[in-house]
Amino acid sequence: MEQPRSAPPLGTLLDDARDRDWYIDQFFRLLMFLCGISAVVFVLGIFIFVFKEGSGFIIQQMDWAEFFLSPKWRPTSAIRATYGTLAMVAGTAAVTLIAMAVALPLSFAAAIFIAEFARGRMREWLKVIIELLAAIPSVVWGFIGLMLINPLLIDTFDVPIGLNVLNAGLILGLMAAPIITSIAEDALKAVPDTYREAAEALGASKWQVVYKVVLPAAKNGLLSAALLGIGRAFGETMAVLMASGHALTIPSSPFDSIRALTATIAAELGETPVGSDHYQALFAIGIFLFTITFLINMSADFIVRGIKNQ
Amino acid sequence: MTPSQPLDWSLFRAEAINRQNDRLQHLFMILFALMALLLVIPVVMIVIILLQKGWSALSWEFLTTFPSNGMTEGGIFPALLGTIWLVAISLLASVPLGVAAAIYLSEYARQEHWLTRVINLATINLAGVPSIVHALFGLGAFVAFFRLGTSILAASLTLAVMTLPVVIVSSWESLQAVPQAFREACWNMGATRWQTIRHVVLPNALTGILTGIILQVSRAAGETAPIMFTGAAFFLPYLPSGVMDQTMALALHLFTISTQVPDVPEEIPFAVALVLFALVLLINAGAIALRMHLRSKKKW
Amino acid sequence: MSNQSTAHHNEEPKSPLSHSSAAVVLSTTSTISTADALPASAEREEAQATVKVAVRDLSIHYGTTTALSGVSLDIAANEIFAIIGPANSGKSSFLQAINRMDLLRHNMSVSGSVLFNGIDTRSWRNVYALRRKIGVVFPLPVGLPLSIYDNVALAPRLRGIKKPSLLDEIVERSLRRAALWDEVKDRLQALGSLLSGGQQQRLTIARALSQDPEVLMLDEFSIAVDPVTTMRIEDVLKELKQQMTIILVTNLVQQANRLAERTAFFLNGECVEVGETEALFEGQVQDQRTLDYLQGRFG
Repeated sequence: MEQPRSAPPLGTLLDDARDRDWYIDQFFRLLMFLCGISAVVFVLGIFIFVFKEGSGFIIQQMDWAEFFLSPKWRPTSAIRATYGTLAMVAGTAAVTLIAMAVALPLSFAAAIFIAEFARGRMREWLKVIIELLAAIPSVVWGFIGLMLINPLLIDTFDVPIGLNVLNAGLILGLMAAPIITSIAEDALKAVPDTYREAAEALGASKWQVVYKVVLPAAKNGLLSAALLGIGRAFGETMAVLMASGHALTIPSSPFDSIRALTATIAAELGETPVGSDHYQALFAIGIFLFTITFLINMSADFIVRGIKNQ
Repeated sequence: MTPSQPLDWSLFRAEAINRQNDRLQHLFMILFALMALLLVIPVVMIVIILLQKGWSALSWEFLTTFPSNGMTEGGIFPALLGTIWLVAISLLASVPLGVAAAIYLSEYARQEHWLTRVINLATINLAGVPSIVHALFGLGAFVAFFRLGTSILAASLTLAVMTLPVVIVSSWESLQAVPQAFREACWNMGATRWQTIRHVVLPNALTGILTGIILQVSRAAGETAPIMFTGAAFFLPYLPSGVMDQTMALALHLFTISTQVPDVPEEIPFAVALVLFALVLLINAGAIALRMHLRSKKKW
Repeated sequence: MSNQSTAHHNEEPKSPLSHSSAAVVLSTTSTISTADALPASAEREEAQATVKVAVRDLSIHYGTTTALSGVSLDIAANEIFAIIGPANSGKSSFLQAINRMDLLRHNMSVSGSVLFNGIDTRSWRNVYALRRKIGVVFPLPVGLPLSIYDNVALAPRLRGIKKPSLLDEIVERSLRRAALWDEVKDRLQALGSLLSGGQQQRLTIARALSQDPEVLMLDEFSIAVDPVTTMRIEDVLKELKQQMTIILVTNLVQQANRLAERTAFFLNGECVEVGETEALFEGQVQDQRTLDYLQGRFG
C-alpha cells in the first residue's frame, strides 16, 4: 500500500489507496479510545478490587444490623469481635456538618463577591489565594489542627482536649471551601449577562440583581457545589485522622473527640494481618465510603445535568 | 446553565430605585468581601506561623541529611527524595494516559453519545473517591494482585490513578480552548485526524496542559493516604535503589513525626510542614505564573 | 433543473478519468489501480471534456433540518463553476458534502452520491486522500497560529515532504500563484495572523494551493476582503483555471458573471437552475426565481 514519498505530482491519477498516514490515524484513534475509557476502567477497578478484598467478610461474617447500627467497633476483641460503624458514621457526619456550616457561607459569599462584585486585580488575587488554600496538603492541615487549633480550642473554650469535632470541622471546612467556591463561581458566571442587564435596566440595585436574579438562576449549580463539598469533607482522611481525637464515641457536642470512617482505615490497616476478618472489615468500610461518595457525586452531576436538559 | 424558572420581572419596577438601596448594596458588598477575606486569612496565618516556628530548623543540612536518633534529630533527605521519586513516576503513568483520554474526549468522542457520558461520570467519580479508598485499591490491585509488593512503583501507580481525573479535566479544557476553525482548516487540507491533533491542536493546547500537569504534581506531592500502605515507609535507614523498593516520603514523614514519634522537638515537624508546603506552593506558583504568562501572549 | 449534457456515462474508457462509469465504480473501486499506469499527459488532454465532480440526488440534513435536497449537477474539469443564492440556501453544506466533512460533523447526514473523478466519494477507502485533492478557502481567513511559511508548508509537510529546498519551492510557488509572494517574501517567518485581511485570505488560498489540489472550492472568499484584493484574487482564479477545477460559492452575483462558465442557483436547499452563466445573465432562464434573484428582486 505504501508508495515512495515524493513531491505530490500535479493532477495525480485518482488514488484512494490507504497510505501510511491512514493507518497511523486508525492506530491512534484506537489508542486514544482505549485511554479514553481508562477512567471507567479505574472506577470499575476500584470497586472490584476493594470489593474483592472485603467480599469474604461481607458475605460470610458481616452482620448487617451490627455493621450499620452498633457503635461498637472492637475488631481485636479476644472474646467476641464486633464490627459496628455507627459511632464512626456519626463522627464523620458531625465533622462534615460543622465543615459545611463553616464552608458554605464563606464559599458562597466569596463566590458571589468574586463573580459579581470584585474587579480587576483584586479578583485575580482573591482567586489565586483561594487556589493556594486548595493546594495545602491534607497532612499539613492535620498538622495545623494538631499543633495550632488544638491549643487554641483548649484555651478559648476551656475544654480538656482540642482534638475534636470542632477542630476537624473547622479544618475540613477550610479544605472544602476552595472547591465549593470555584464551582459556585462557575455556576454564577454561567448566568447570562442579559439577565443582569435586564434587571438593572429595570432599576434593580446590584444586590437585588444578585439576590433576585442571579442566585435563583444559579441555584442548581450552587447545590451541586455544596454536594461536592460534602463529598470532599466526607472522604478526607489525614486531616481528620490527626485533628479529631480518634475516640470511638457518638459525639454529643462539638467538643467531643470522634473517629471518622476514613481515619479508622488509615489508622488500622497497617496493623492488621492481610486477609483477616479485621482487614476485610476495613475494606468493607472502604466499599461503604466508595458507595456514599459515588452517590454524592452522581447526584451533584444529576442536579447540574438535569438543569441543562430542560 | 439556564435558569430553572422564568423570572418574575415585576420585581423590578421603577420605584425600586431609592437611595437606601445604594447604602444596602454597599453593606452587602462589604459583608461579602469580609467573608471572602475569612478564607484568605487562614492561608496567610498558616504561612506566617509555619515560617515562624519552622524557620530555625531549616538549613541546607536539614534538606540533605538523614533523620537520626529515632527521627528526633537530623534532616529529611530520604523523605524529600522519596517524594520526588513518587511524583515523577506517577507523572510518567498519569500524564500520557490522562492527556490521551482528554484527546479522546475532546477530539473523537461524540458529546451526546452514551459512552462519553459514562466516561465523564467516571472521571467525576474518580476525582471524588476518598483518598483512603484509593489506598485500598492500590493495596488490593497493585500491591497484592499485580504482585508489585509495597514499592515505589505500587505507590506511584496508586497516586497516578488518583490524580488521573485532574489531568483529564485540565487537559480537556485546554484542548477545548483551541479554536475549532484550526481543526477545520487542517481537516480541509486533507490532514488525518491524528495529524490535526499532533500538528495543530496539541501544540496550541500544550501550555494549558502543562499548567494542569504542574497543578497535579503539587497535589501528588502532598498526598499521604494513598501511599501509606502501598510503598511509603515510616522510616528507612537507606535510600531506595529502584522502583521496587519502599521509600520514605515527605507527607508521611510529617504524619509520622507529629503523631507517632514522641519527643520530637517542635521545630522539626514545623520545618517539615514548611518544606512540604513550600514545595507545593512553589509548584503552584509556577503553574499560576505560567498561566498568566500564557494569557498575555495568546496567539489567537 | 438542468444538468450538463456531457454524456460521461457513455464515454469510452480511453482516459483514466472517464473509465469510471458511475454504476461500475459505485460497486467496486478495485479497477482504479490499473488506470494509474497511464501517462499524465493523456489524462490532461482528456480532462477538458471530463466531468470532475458529479453530484446525484444529493440531500443534506442536520438532525431534522434539511439543508439541501435532491441536488444533481455535474462540474466539468477546468471550469469555474459558480453557486449563487441567498444565505442559508445550502451552498456551504454542498461544499462540505463534496469533501466529506460530514464525517467530522456528528449531526450532518448526507444521502445521494458525489462522484469525484467518477468514483463515489463514499467508497473512497482513504477519505484523507480525497480531501488532499480538494483545496478549500473559507469565507473568513483562518490563519493557523504559525508563520507565513509554516502555514503554507503545513500541507506538504503533513504529506511527508521534509526536504527544505523542496518545501521552499512549494511555498514560493503557492504564494506566487496566490499573488501574495511579492508582499510577503521578505517576512516569511512573521506570524500569518499579522497580515491584513486581504493578505490573510490570499494566504489561505496559497495554503490550499500548496496541496496541489485538483479542485479548489471557495466559499464566499470575498466577504472579508476589500474590492481591490477581490479583483486580484479573481485574476488569480482565472489563471488557476488552467490547472484545476474551481467551485466558487459566492454571494456576489456579478462575481459569478465575471468568472464562471456555468452557474447554479440555490434557493432554500434546492438547486433551482444550472446553466451557462452568460445565458443566465442574458435572461435565458427556465425558472422565474432565478431571474428575480439575478436582477436583485429578492433576497
